[in-house]
Order: sequence, then structure tokens, then C-alpha cells
Amino acid sequence: MSVIVDKETRLCVSGITGREGTFHALNNKRYGTQLVSGVTPGKEGQDVEGTPVFHTFHKAVAETGANTAMIFVPPRFAADSILEAEDAGIATIIAITEGIPAHDELRVYNHLARNPGVRLIGPNCPGVLSPGKANVGIIPAAFFEEGNVGVVSRSGTLTYQIGNELAQKGFGNSSIVGIGGDPVPGSSFIDIVALFEADPETELIVMSGEIGGSAEEEAAEYIGAHVTKPVVGYIAGFTAPPGKTMGHAGAIVSGSSGGAEAKAAALEAQGVRVARTPTEVSQIAMELLGR
Amino acid sequence: MDLLEYQGKQLFARHGIPVPSGVPARTVDEAVAAAGAVGFPCVVKAQVKIGGRGKAGGIKVAEGPDELKEHAGAILGMDIKGFPVHEIWIEAASTITAEYYASIIFDRSAKAPLIMFSTQGGMDIEAVAEETPELLATLHVDPLIGFQDFQGRRLAYAAGVPPDQVRPLGAFLARLYDVWAAEEAMLVEVNPLIVSGGAIAPGPFGPLYALDAKVTLDDNALFRHPDNAGLRDPSAEDAEEQMARERGLTYVKLDGDIGILGNGAGLVMSTLDVVAQFGGAPANFLDAGGGSKAEAITSAVEVILANQSVEAVLFNIFGGITRCDEVANGLVAAFAQLGDKIMVPFVVRLDGTNDVEGRSILAEARLPNVHTAQTMDEAAERVVGLAQQGAAG
Repeated sequence: MSVIVDKETRLCVSGITGREGTFHALNNKRYGTQLVSGVTPGKEGQDVEGTPVFHTFHKAVAETGANTAMIFVPPRFAADSILEAEDAGIATIIAITEGIPAHDELRVYNHLARNPGVRLIGPNCPGVLSPGKANVGIIPAAFFEEGNVGVVSRSGTLTYQIGNELAQKGFGNSSIVGIGGDPVPGSSFIDIVALFEADPETELIVMSGEIGGSAEEEAAEYIGAHVTKPVVGYIAGFTAPPGKTMGHAGAIVSGSSGGAEAKAAALEAQGVRVARTPTEVSQIAMELLGR
Repeated sequence: MDLLEYQGKQLFARHGIPVPSGVPARTVDEAVAAAGAVGFPCVVKAQVKIGGRGKAGGIKVAEGPDELKEHAGAILGMDIKGFPVHEIWIEAASTITAEYYASIIFDRSAKAPLIMFSTQGGMDIEAVAEETPELLATLHVDPLIGFQDFQGRRLAYAAGVPPDQVRPLGAFLARLYDVWAAEEAMLVEVNPLIVSGGAIAPGPFGPLYALDAKVTLDDNALFRHPDNAGLRDPSAEDAEEQMARERGLTYVKLDGDIGILGNGAGLVMSTLDVVAQFGGAPANFLDAGGGSKAEAITSAVEVILANQSVEAVLFNIFGGITRCDEVANGLVAAFAQLGDKIMVPFVVRLDGTNDVEGRSILAEARLPNVHTAQTMDEAAERVVGLAQQGAAG
């Protein structure tokens, strides 16, 4: 098993005719993901190496049975594209686009919250990889194999770093989920940790957070109350100065909130082992799984 | 992007919020002309993006021209907590009978704007929230339907304003929400929001005026607000941060001596932490971004080395979209371009997409004083050692 994407995924890519959109859509297809269609207004009738392109998500769904959308359009068009995918009945929307205005994200989040059947991952995320099954996004799949560690992270490259540390110790992954570094992520740590808790293949959960906001603290409460599987935590940004945005729009320590120490302490208070370096994540994983 | 007080007030005024009249000035002569337009008595206010201006002597009342010149001369060029004063705001003096507090913040946890109001303004609102939370009225607004009149009444009654101010306050908060929503702000704060004992502004606001304005705008939304984008003041930015922004790099200057370059915000933050764990002090955060091409890497090296404190540089790359061979080519190009201007050692760790190609490019180039490391920990330990040698020598 795995979470969010698998062999049943039928992917439609918004922005498939753009340079990056084409490159990553075809990369996902080569990995074995069922790429069924793309959307670019004005380009219906074209195809991208055999994958048909439609003006609208509605037609792409009707003609190709797409059930998962990947959003690869520029930031000013991204909120519209997410809302179109939802309106067309797509249940899983994975938004890679970075730099979407925060108020757009707020509108999208609050609108989607009224439709319990839809799940948004991202925006500003690397996507979801279920090794051996499907890859939707930009995660370099070659570094990961099937296994029993579920990874959820706010950061892309840090996920690869941690995944690679785990791989060197012989661990594979059920799924790797990037929830993104923006102030209003469509899915939270809690949403994804709950999926891993319910996934029979996942035996260990790795949660990689960073400074800013309170999502890690909220996840800590949830883990304490609802999660039976072992969880390893990691928090980036112990040395970040207050008041400075560290790359991700959401990564800022403001006043007394959002600091790494408090996040690590909240997780540890609920029995989560928190690694201080990416290397230590794999060491703790070995101890917890008795290898 | 944070706005200066007067920029925030001009934004407020565009949305109909009553603010005292005022004029900005950059010199004493401009201040004199400004006071001519505003009239006496007036207030001279330092324009810096930091709190505590009044205590630092950055806000003074001038009764006449001589006092105005004296205060303007003293405040221009003042340094307030490390922020030099380049600009002052000459504002008509207000008669204050009460000081309130109002703000709207982007509440990430609730995924909704949070409005806060208190009759205990003028002071540190965090202290009010801490010591007398019952005096701080708060509620969330549904961003899909916006601020409703009843919410203004709830806040006014909860905070206990006099009955004749309930409707004016509702009108004031509704306009403040307009600013937050229409300008795509992350924060709008009015402290103090005053009850004026003087003239009443036209409109539904009664005696209420915004005597201060703190506004933070969303950088990602500035493309929809070209007027606001023009409010950025490059002279207030650090030279290297400005250079990085112009080159499309994400850079934050720090206090240490180890230059850091990585790809991806999380990995760079993690790199700073690991360097600190090995006893080093990072000089900067620099995210070269996903899919960095060789030119971006060359640019980044220039930005990092523009900081004279740097004793050694660490490249920590885990290639995903970013290809390690592009990074290696960029570093080779930087050495070709900057040549003997590069006086400090580099430690390079390349993993991920095309890492083998990247490492062989570096091996063939035989760059002077460039070392490679296999893992992140090894790279961090190495660069800390080299920086300490550099600082000692």
C-alpha cells in the first residue's frame, strides 16, 4: 500500500505544454505513473508525446477519466487552476507551483474545506512519490525504493537528503509526501500522518518540519492522542534569526512563535524522537525498528 | 514587504480611513516646507521599520518653525536600534482623549484573518494579551464572505467602547478589513487608534483616527499591486541582500564567517544548523533555487563573497531538479570570472541528479583551494575547520 498516489492514479497535468510541465509530466510517465491528459487553455487537440491536451479540466476528466491533477502553471494562474480541477470533480490535486499569493491560498483553502472529498497537496511542494507505484511531482525517484517508512516534509531537497540517509541504511519508503513551505498548505502534517497511521505498509513515520507557524506543534498533539506507529521528527532552522523569512514564505520566526526549539520540545513531549541532523534521522529509525 | 508608517497611512487614506494630514520629508528644508502645508503645532516622526521610536527620541512635537528645524535636524540621521533615519513624516498634531488598538493578522493556524481590538492601545499589546486577555477582543473573519457589520458590533461591545462609538468603530474596522483584503496584506495594525478631542473627520468614523500604521504586504502578490511594489526602499536594504534580490536569489545575511550555498530552503536551513553543530557560524542563507543553472551559481558566488566577513564557503547540493553538473560548471565559471578575487577555501558536497558528472567536472578543473566532501556532516566539519584556520591566519 501507499498513500495519495498509486497504480490507480490517472494523472492530468495543468500546464503540460510549458517547458517544466512537459519535462516533469514525461518524467512521471516514464516512472510508470498513468499520465492520461493535460490541460492548457487554447491548446486542445495537441498532444505531448501522445498525451492529449484539453482546454479545460472538465473535458479532460470526461474524456480521459483523470482522478489526480498536478498543477504546474505560473503563480498568478495557479489558484484558478486548482479551483478548476476541483470544480471538474478531481479528488486529488497536487500543486507544485511556488510563489502563489497568500490571499489566493487562503481563498482556495477555505473553498476546498467545504468539499470533504477533495485533497490538495502543496502548493510550493515537490509532490508525492510512492516508490514502485507512481510519482506525481518533481521528487527524483531514482534515490528511493519501496519500503515501510512514510516520509512527510515541508521541504523538497531536505526530503531527498533525509530519504537518502534512510536509503543508505537500507530503508525504503511507502510514500514520500511534500506538503510544501507556504503559509497555507492544502494538507497539514496531521492529514498525512493520519494516512500513514492507517496505511498497513507503513511501519515508521518520519516527519520533517521547519521554523514558522504552528503546524508541528499541532501535529505533536495529534500524534500523542492518535498515532500508534513510531514517529521520528526533524526540524530545520534552529539557527535562523527571528524576523527573517528563510526562503520559504512560511519559514519565519516571528516574536516568540515558530521557533525550532519549541517545535522539537512539543514533539518530544508526545514521545516523538527528534533528530538534530538529517543523518541522525536514519540512526533513530534503525533503533526504533530494531535493526 | 513592510511599509513605513506614512506609506501605510497613505494606503489607509486611499481606503477612506481617517488619518491626520501629513507630508514626508528627507531634509530639514523639506520639513520646513511640509510644516508650512500641515501647520503648527506639528509632530516630527522618524520613519523606520522598528518599534520604540518615541522612547528613542524619534517622535517630537514642534510648536513653531525654530523647534521644527531643531527636531528635524536631530531626527534625520538618527540611528534607532540599528535603523538609520532617512526620512521623517511631518504630521498635524492630534488632541488625544483615548488610545485604542486594532489589527488584522493572517492567522496561519486558523487559515483565516484574525481581527483584534482593545481599548488599551498605545502600549505593548502583547503585554495586554498576556496580563489582561479579557481586554483584548478577537474574532476570525471568513475570507470567502469578508467582514460583516455584526462582527464590528461584537468587537465593540466585547471591548466596551462608549455607546456612541460602536457604529464608528464598526465602520473603521470594515475599512481596515478592506485594506487587508484589497491590498493583500499579511498584517495591518493601528496602535494607537485614537479618539480625537479635536476636529471630526467627514464620514461615519466619529472621532476615530489612525495615529499610527503598520502594514506588511505579501511579496508574492505585488504583481497585482504595481503602486505598492514601488514603495520598496532599496536604500533601507542591505547591499548584498539587494544584489541577491536583483539576481533572483534568496539570500539572508547572518553574523558568521562561513558562506553557505544550497538548493532548496529546507536543505539550506538544515545546512546552517549542521554547520552550527560543528561549531561554525554561517555568514548567510542562500537558496540557489530549484533547477539552478550555471549562471545562477556564478552570481551566487559573487553575492556570498561580497560579504567581507566570509572566511570559507560551503556548497551543499542535493540534486533533484537541480543538476550537480550545472552546479559544478557554475563554480568553474565563477573561478574563471572572479579568478584571484577568490581568496577563501570552498568545500563542495554534491549528491543527487548527475552527481558523478559534477564531481568529475570539479576533479578535472583542479580549482585552487576547492575541497570535496562525501556527506553533509563531513562537509560541515571540513568547512568549519577551514574557516577557523582562515580567521586565525
